[in-house]
Amino acid sequence: MYSHLLSEFTVQRMDDRCIRCQVCERQCPNEVHEYDKELDRMFTYEEKCVGCQRCVVMCPAKALFVRSHPSEYRMNASWTRDKFQNLKKQAETGGVVLTGSGNDKPYRIYWDHMVLNASQVTNPSIDPLREPMELKTFIGRKPDTLKINMDGDVPKVESELHPNITLKSPVLFSAMSYGAISYRAYKSLAMAAKEFGVMFNTGEGGLPVEMRKDYASNAIVQCASGRFGVDQDYLNSAAMIEIKIGQGAKPGIGGHLPGEKVAQHVAQTRMIPQGTDALSPAPQHDIYSIEDLSMLIYALKEATNYEKPVSVKIAAVHNVAAIASGIVRAGADVVAIDGIRGGTGAAPLATRDNVGIPLELALASVDRRLREEGIRSKCSILAAGGFRCSADVLKAIALGADAVYIGTAALVAMGCTLCQKCYTGKCAWGICTQNPYLVKRLNPEITSQRLVNLLKAWSHELKEMLGGMGINAIESIRGNREHLRGISLEEWELNVLGVKGAGE
Amino acid sequence: MNGLNMKFGWRDNFMDGLRPVRELENFSEINGVRAEIDAQGLKHKELNDLLFHLVKKGAREISIKNVFGQRYIGSRIFLPDAQDKVKIDVYNFPGNDLGVFLGGHYINVHGNAQDGVGNTMDSGQIVVHGRAGDVAAMSMRGGKVFIRDNVGYRTAIHMKEYKDKVPVLVIGGTAQDFFGEYMAGGKVILLGLNLKKDEYHKAHYIGTGMHGGVIYLRGNVEEHQLGKEVGVRQLDDSDWEVVTKYVKEYCGHFDVSEQEILAGKFQKLLPVSSRPYGNIYAY
Amino acid sequence: MIPEKDIDNCGLFGVMDTSGRRFGGEMAVNAIKNMKVRGNGLGGGFAIYGLYPEYKDYYALHIMYQDKNMSAKRKTEELLTENFYVVYDEEIPTNPEINVFSPPLVWRYFVKPQKKSEEAHMLDDEYVVSKVMHMNTEVEDVYVFSSGKNMGVFKGVGFPEEIADYFMLEKLYEGYIWTVHSRFPTNTPGWWGGAHPFSMLDWTVVHNGEISSYGTNRRFLELHDFYCTLHTDTEVMAYAVDLLMRRQGLPIEVVSKIFAPPMWNAIERMNKEEKELYTTLRMVYAPLLMNGPFTVVIAHHNEMIGITDRIRLRPITAGAKGNLVFLSSEEMAIRRVCPDLELTWTPAGGEPVVARLNTEDHLKSLNKSI
Repeated sequence: MYSHLLSEFTVQRMDDRCIRCQVCERQCPNEVHEYDKELDRMFTYEEKCVGCQRCVVMCPAKALFVRSHPSEYRMNASWTRDKFQNLKKQAETGGVVLTGSGNDKPYRIYWDHMVLNASQVTNPSIDPLREPMELKTFIGRKPDTLKINMDGDVPKVESELHPNITLKSPVLFSAMSYGAISYRAYKSLAMAAKEFGVMFNTGEGGLPVEMRKDYASNAIVQCASGRFGVDQDYLNSAAMIEIKIGQGAKPGIGGHLPGEKVAQHVAQTRMIPQGTDALSPAPQHDIYSIEDLSMLIYALKEATNYEKPVSVKIAAVHNVAAIASGIVRAGADVVAIDGIRGGTGAAPLATRDNVGIPLELALASVDRRLREEGIRSKCSILAAGGFRCSADVLKAIALGADAVYIGTAALVAMGCTLCQKCYTGKCAWGICTQNPYLVKRLNPEITSQRLVNLLKAWSHELKEMLGGMGINAIESIRGNREHLRGISLEEWELNVLGVKGAGE
Repeated sequence: MNGLNMKFGWRDNFMDGLRPVRELENFSEINGVRAEIDAQGLKHKELNDLLFHLVKKGAREISIKNVFGQRYIGSRIFLPDAQDKVKIDVYNFPGNDLGVFLGGHYINVHGNAQDGVGNTMDSGQIVVHGRAGDVAAMSMRGGKVFIRDNVGYRTAIHMKEYKDKVPVLVIGGTAQDFFGEYMAGGKVILLGLNLKKDEYHKAHYIGTGMHGGVIYLRGNVEEHQLGKEVGVRQLDDSDWEVVTKYVKEYCGHFDVSEQEILAGKFQKLLPVSSRPYGNIYAY
Repeated sequence: MIPEKDIDNCGLFGVMDTSGRRFGGEMAVNAIKNMKVRGNGLGGGFAIYGLYPEYKDYYALHIMYQDKNMSAKRKTEELLTENFYVVYDEEIPTNPEINVFSPPLVWRYFVKPQKKSEEAHMLDDEYVVSKVMHMNTEVEDVYVFSSGKNMGVFKGVGFPEEIADYFMLEKLYEGYIWTVHSRFPTNTPGWWGGAHPFSMLDWTVVHNGEISSYGTNRRFLELHDFYCTLHTDTEVMAYAVDLLMRRQGLPIEVVSKIFAPPMWNAIERMNKEEKELYTTLRMVYAPLLMNGPFTVVIAHHNEMIGITDRIRLRPITAGAKGNLVFLSSEEMAIRRVCPDLELTWTPAGGEPVVARLNTEDHLKSLNKSI
């Protein structure tokens, strides 16, 4: 514990409600609550509280409240509380301040400055409850034209097609590795993806062998800088392969799974000794340039007999459009772009909060650049980083995404409250931890249903909004900026987004 | 800026103009389990298409002539159920990523190799009768690689091991910088056979960020050549057993004298911690 | 939208006969063809030295007119006749059967400076540089490919072998140095001026990598009147070479330590003189540290130089046989064109390989190589 810090949260117990059942004590991995048997009294160590709200919702007597701590430094627009606190932590340790989850800084969220269209009079809106509404999406490279043989009764496609994956709905689970998250959380994602007909992404922690039979066909497997768990069987069992170059929460830096999270089964899946740090270098050391990326793309295609689409995931950075163009020309079938609000299990705070650009701007400029160069159909675009609701998803597709990755949203569906302490390995919700006692809090049968429900609800909402526009197939909104308008945006922002202002 | 035309279309440097395997067959001869390929003029994918095709037709000992820089040799051959492995002889000069993701096969290179030999290799063996370029044995997780001469930058970077799957890399010559960087497992033996007496190894930043595995180094290095995560130890009996075993294998491949090599001065480089970056964070 | 700068990642190759014997383009073309996957068809180019022995005392200007803009040509030729004696000019012959992307008109002029009285004090080279800079920056649709004596640059949009066929290089030309570049840009308009080599006077640079310090380098060069117009990071390398080697007369052995200086902890271990030298170099020329991955092959008359960044993030291999010295991104490209190579070696990061006319200086880098 740090000596000069104010507590972040205050914990209030309504003593008249508390029944001394000690549920809070058992539920809190941070040891905030402690029962004194002799005094028959609960003690609270609020300085340890991370604000995850686990005890609050679990308390059967509803006796607990956790809220921001009322003590304050003198108001200072420059020296805000978090600047103060972080500096003091560093003064005490000399360390890099770590954090978890996505960027929480008030950068403009463009989703909230764009509105969607609906039909009135000139074009009938569609009611998706009674009429067909299609969300099926293919991810992968498409040819510019087809060669059709008309000799037989039925015209026959003669062109050789590139491998594609099929999604029932344009929402996939973003990369979260086994090791960063618990086996049960990971399995919940896999189960939900399978049940709903979408994909989950293994991250770079490997795909446990016993899961391959049932779930590999819904798995996007990553090949990242650490190359953990990568062998031919892993690559060949998957639906798609993703080369992870960067992550929105931490562009340009690597990952670091601390040794204490590398338990026996994690070690086995990653194929490294138990208890050692799993270091993911910042770059992939066989990729220092675009032609090296091309080399790895084709190495993966070689290793899988050209049967899988290969995706390249990058963080949204300044030159993202140009880089995406290079990636497509290097042979990638899919470009995944992760914006500045993308989540993470652990990242240096300085990087998470300051490096990268918002997804909305990146996505729009990538889509435009690829269209200008005439190579948009050579790839699919997956957008990631901070999707909170189905409307965000639809706006992203209108900006040019083929489908979106959701990470944080899926975690929230599983229980996460964004306390941002993922890196401590003490997730009270059993998600971002390897502690068996905590992991047991998740039941994949139940949790996967919560995820399926989320996908179901969002898909239904997508259909409602599409129907409102008089569109009955998701492909008709893709890149269709005519159905977007900006609100309270500067002209340069509208230009980058390629949308008109509302009323125009 | 002078006039720009943004739509310059699409050129596929890798996939354009590939010939189907049936047209490539006359670049090969197959006779039972033996086969031969003349790689003259074959594109990267064509060569690997043909190689895999021959394997599917039953070839298990394949020699490839006139190789000039074709990439990924051996990587396509994925035989999940087959116990039998393929032996490939490469004459002379394979391109980058030789045996990347290699799954259990044997590759013998009769000449130099380029960058990425045995990249993320899983099992099998690669023997290079010459030198290798950068990032040899990068992220290698199993199997063996023997390089007769020198290696370039970042050799054995992020090599790793799990239980009985321990990769082995033996290099006859010396290496350039960042040798064994991020090493998380495996055994690397650097012999320095082509260094003059008292000449130091070339590499700097040896074992930077190393947190697993072991490097046996024959010959001299100065302390400043070692990364700060590395400790130097004397070899104990079990180390000598390892070194002797693999030096013997090295000598078998390249026909050199084992006694002379083993008479040299060896030292063992170990990571000082399996958690090199445990203390750099403020939580 | 015009990109601020452009990032190239590529294949490169150079060959020199240190005896000065001139030879055809076959080796350069076949070697770069063997590395086809390092480029993507968006740029290829060649520099040839010893190209015009019959005009060796004249500056040979290779000038391209974008979109075959004839009024640009008229304007340029007015400028030329005003500022130079043009002894001979012609369209650079091309093969109409080779299909290339939007070819410009490319013309060559052999010229001698015609200085006005107030320019009389200017050295010829400086004079030519100022006129070339003027044409590149001020005249629309005009770009000078090269401006040296007895050398020339041929480049364009396409794979290098297509550019070679288009300009019929193998058929028409000989030289004692050939450098060639195959481009894989991650940010580029498809235009011919953006291909490598980049050239000023007889200096040429082909480059593989991305210079992360571009903005810093560029601002420093602007202090010395080099203005970047090509939106590519390679340009700063070409100007930095011109500034340090030609104008300031520093040898490549020093220049390479400015571009790719030793780490401070290596400097700490040096003896007193070296420590002073390297500390001073880093202090004075800090803005010209080329940070990020690069390999370049620099050439001018009598010299071909290969060098990488200080931690060798991009590949280079040198080779030699008799008087022939090779530099290449991949060893096998050299072997493809010279199967009986006598020597191959790979220098450490920041260590130059210098091939010089009538010397064996290239062997000096051997002991620092593998």
